[in-house]
Amino acid sequence: MIIIGGSGGSFDLILSILQGLDKEMNMPIVIILHRLKNTKAILEDFLQLHTHYTVKEAEDKEFLKTGYIYTAPSDYHLLLEENFRFSLDTSEEVNFSRPSIDVSFESFSRVLKENCCGIILSGANQDGAIGLQVIGKNGGETIVQDPKEAEFTAMPEAAIAKYKNHSVCALNNIIKKLNYYAK
Amino acid sequence: MIEFSDLEEILVLIQKQYGYDFSGYSRASLLRRINRFMEISDIGTIVHLKNQLVNDPDKFNGFINEIVVNISEFFRDPDFFKSLLNNVFPYLESYPKINIWTAGCSFGEETYSLAILLKEMGLMQKSRIYATDISAKALEKAKKGIFPNNNFKEYSNNYFSCGAKESFNQYFVSDGQKSIINSELKKDILFSRHNLVTDGVFKECQLILCRNVLIYFDEELQNKVLQLFYDSLPVYGFLALGNKETLRFSAVHDKFKIIDKKEKIYQKIK
Repeated sequence: MIIIGGSGGSFDLILSILQGLDKEMNMPIVIILHRLKNTKAILEDFLQLHTHYTVKEAEDKEFLKTGYIYTAPSDYHLLLEENFRFSLDTSEEVNFSRPSIDVSFESFSRVLKENCCGIILSGANQDGAIGLQVIGKNGGETIVQDPKEAEFTAMPEAAIAKYKNHSVCALNNIIKKLNYYAK
Repeated sequence: MIEFSDLEEILVLIQKQYGYDFSGYSRASLLRRINRFMEISDIGTIVHLKNQLVNDPDKFNGFINEIVVNISEFFRDPDFFKSLLNNVFPYLESYPKINIWTAGCSFGEETYSLAILLKEMGLMQKSRIYATDISAKALEKAKKGIFPNNNFKEYSNNYFSCGAKESFNQYFVSDGQKSIINSELKKDILFSRHNLVTDGVFKECQLILCRNVLIYFDEELQNKVLQLFYDSLPVYGFLALGNKETLRFSAVHDKFKIIDKKEKIYQKIK
């Protein structure tokens, strides 16, 4: 499966990625995007306009299924159980974030090991750097948006500084890589 | 750092030695919490962890506290409290005596939030809140009612967003660093230990609040606990769950009516 972590400056990138994906990908996609608390959930509606996959917020104890794009709900960490069900968690923020990309990446990687591709996009903090390293060390594929083209460079830079073996790509290559990975 | 494969061993040990049954808890969260506990307690290996838990009951209490307790906030999800005020309080008003159960009260933020609203609506004098938690340490802290000041601005915003009209700070006495809640708000709250996994009905309550607790349980245990809530409610009593928790998949689902779909407020109808 594919798990994408993004923060400030990532929203348009995610739209472009969804638009660029092949129409018959055989794997679920999970998006961990930092978002504000107590705001109306329009993110899913917006993403849905740009993809033929079904976009939905991940629900507690729901099975992770192919053909879906899941988002982490605002103000909850998103975890994966060994039986491929989601769990939500309201414990303390990590990197000032809930959902935290680190928390989800680590949790998903623990279950999926090499069957997991993690991506870090633009963002103004360092969330995701540790999580992406965990995915890499567990044998999964790891991709970081090229800081040269990211609107906020801190998040991709932190990921690269933490672990050297990530593929660092511009947006069009990220899309190519994902389509290749999903085959 | 421990892995899924180490977990069962630890759960068996805890059950044998202390009688806590975590078998129905979500493994992904447990693993995360236990690894966090090991990190902050400087415990590197599973052998060391087992050693500490077996030989040091005080350490064990800290462990329980760390793995089950969630930091909450005052008036978390203001829209929920607003809905409670508009949709549930008018019903409660009609009872001569109101019993409320806040299950999994942690440090008491939600319980005290509720007490504040009851007071402002003139219902506190005929209400009694039973606030329960599995963690003795958390209850101790909740009973004291002392909270650090750094989040008070957000709490105050939450308070106004849920439609309350007075001032959040009037319910506390502050020394600049931390604030203690007025004893007047405490006197009708009874804090006590209750384990949702093993303990049963203790009181009929017209309103049960159990928010963001069920997400830490697997489906089977969620169902069991929802049955316990059903048994603790009179007909027309209310159940409030967390925003991302639902009755939809439970066995008692058709015995409740939805009062607020988004804020997860239900009313027992049969």
